[in-house]
Amino acid sequence: MAAYLLRRTVQILLTLFVFLTIVFFLVSAQPGDITRLYSMDPSLPPETRANLQELFGVNEPLWKQYLVHLKNTVTGNFGVSFSLYPRTVGDVILERLPRTLVLFATATVISFYLGFALGKIIAWRRGGWVEYTSTIGGVSLYTVFTPWFGLMMIWLFAFKAGWLPIGKFLDPVVWRDAPTDSNTIFNLMLATAAVLTVVVFAVVLATSRKRLAKAPLIQAGTVTAAAAAVVGVWLASGVGYLAFDLVRHMILPIATLTLISFAGTMLLTRNSMLEVIREDHVMVARAKGLPEKVVRDKHVARNALLPVVTSFVFSLAFAIDGGVIIESIFSWPGMGQTLVSATVSEDLPLAVGAFVFVGVFVLVAHLAADVLYAYLDPRVRYR
Amino acid sequence: MRLDVARVASTLALWHMRLALAGRSLRQNWSLFLGTRIGILGLAIILFYLLLAAAHPILMHTIWDERTYDPIVGYAFDEPVQPAPPSLSHPLGTDPLGRDVLSQLMFSTRSEFLLGLLAALMTVCIGTMVGAIAAYFGGWVDTLLMRLADIMIMMPAISILIVLSALFEVGHLELAVLIGLLSGFGGTGVVLKSQALSVVVKPYIDAARAAGGGTLHILLVHVVPNLLPLSFLYMMFTVTSAIFSEAVLSFLGLLDVRMSWGLMIHTTESAGYLLQVTEYWWLIFPASLSITLLCSSFYLLGRSLDEVVNPRLRRL
Repeated sequence: MAAYLLRRTVQILLTLFVFLTIVFFLVSAQPGDITRLYSMDPSLPPETRANLQELFGVNEPLWKQYLVHLKNTVTGNFGVSFSLYPRTVGDVILERLPRTLVLFATATVISFYLGFALGKIIAWRRGGWVEYTSTIGGVSLYTVFTPWFGLMMIWLFAFKAGWLPIGKFLDPVVWRDAPTDSNTIFNLMLATAAVLTVVVFAVVLATSRKRLAKAPLIQAGTVTAAAAAVVGVWLASGVGYLAFDLVRHMILPIATLTLISFAGTMLLTRNSMLEVIREDHVMVARAKGLPEKVVRDKHVARNALLPVVTSFVFSLAFAIDGGVIIESIFSWPGMGQTLVSATVSEDLPLAVGAFVFVGVFVLVAHLAADVLYAYLDPRVRYR
Repeated sequence: MRLDVARVASTLALWHMRLALAGRSLRQNWSLFLGTRIGILGLAIILFYLLLAAAHPILMHTIWDERTYDPIVGYAFDEPVQPAPPSLSHPLGTDPLGRDVLSQLMFSTRSEFLLGLLAALMTVCIGTMVGAIAAYFGGWVDTLLMRLADIMIMMPAISILIVLSALFEVGHLELAVLIGLLSGFGGTGVVLKSQALSVVVKPYIDAARAAGGGTLHILLVHVVPNLLPLSFLYMMFTVTSAIFSEAVLSFLGLLDVRMSWGLMIHTTESAGYLLQVTEYWWLIFPASLSITLLCSSFYLLGRSLDEVVNPRLRRL
């Protein structure tokens, strides 16, 4: 296993190098450079533009710039963003990445939960009307023209009904007299969510192992109590209304993403279940006279979970790319938007930094999925 | 001369048997396909759009006047206000520039099909060859191709396409080639390779090699045909993603195309009718629903082919 990990790590580094090279030359193959943004400004004399070019180092030969960016990537210091000067690339990514991750992690978790639950049912009732309606409905949502679907959601829930905000990360009116900035609140919210997740997970793990009769009751009680405690703490803190504003802005994009993606998990679970159903241990379980629900949930679904878990890891990795469309429809300032705008405006340091992040994310997720697979399925061994 | 007759006769007999076998497996597969039902729905939608695409040139040459109904430069002189609501002469109304929406919809259908099929063919040809070669040779060829696949999978596809279409003039043809390269060397290649791995260890490959078959012969005659069912399945999924990418890119106004469903919504958006959903529904729904329906139909078709191809999904 150690040798396998080492070999994969070396391969990851090589792949990342090739990827970085392709991306760098692709981005700088665009005509002009970052200073072309300023060339529309008549009050800017040509000398200033030349100075800017010199300052950013974009008048250097391409191979020199490439070496600089290569060095930056190796040292992990991506330098200063051109378009968001004087903020550093690391700073920008550190601000935008959590926003994207929160959106997509939440939507992915919900849609996997929903998809797995539905997939179990439709595999069990194969050929029934439940299967056809949910397959056709799910596939339509899965392949829906995303910009149109996002706009329909905005039109319905924000524009017509007025329940939710139309887009963006926050409402400036609410934040005008705010005692602190949105990043602090957002990070505090992240910390709360993390604590909540750990508490709930620990309780569920502890009770499900003990085979207590009242386990579902205890679990539900803990979840409610923990959620109530979180709401109470935020209300008492005095900045609860700010957190509420951020949450309000998150609901619509998360709902849209969940609706778009749950069918993928549903169909994967269904196929995986149908393959497990054929195995002998399922027939044994049935022959023992176990209730159908127990056979389905404990003997088939557990074994069918394997490919679903791997695809979960992968879909987290592709959050940034998939985020481009949703983020631009909902004007959500996340990584997807940053990636595209940095590339189009030729903000080389930010573009290289963002692409390297995407690359590392995907490659590590790929490795994590493989390792997880070997851990979950003892039959899989890597040499 | 006699010998030749005998050879022709035996070849004919061989082909007769092959055709009979192919016919039988086709009938079997067709009944499996019918059993899935969702495939029929997908096929029906695809046929409907094929008819739409075929009807457009006929209508243009018979009852539709070119000056009024041309999807790109036409103008509906019979309507006082543009965009005009649906009427008898314009069943889906006109767009903000006075062009007939139904004509645009039907005209675009053909290029959507061409784009989808071309991208799918590219993907499958590349993917099948990559899969077969990587599995057959193994070793450093395999490593090289699979690491290339890693890079392709790692490319954030939509972002890369946005960058490329901002860089070059990307039309339907270029987009099809790009999608074919990205997906053929990427995900599809990996899936087909894992299938090919189970083919190249079969005894008949060794038998073919022992009988003196060359590498190319073994690859083309013994490996690739056994990958074709799976390739065909992945063609359907590629069509879906190609049509979807085209729609997104032309919705953002990044593609160099004259007319497409995505561009129709782009026109609606740039004229400012996008959130007037109930008042100007004919500017938004026909194109968006067409994209969704055609994408879903190819996906449903792919799903039901999966049940035909994959024996582990058959009913007990």
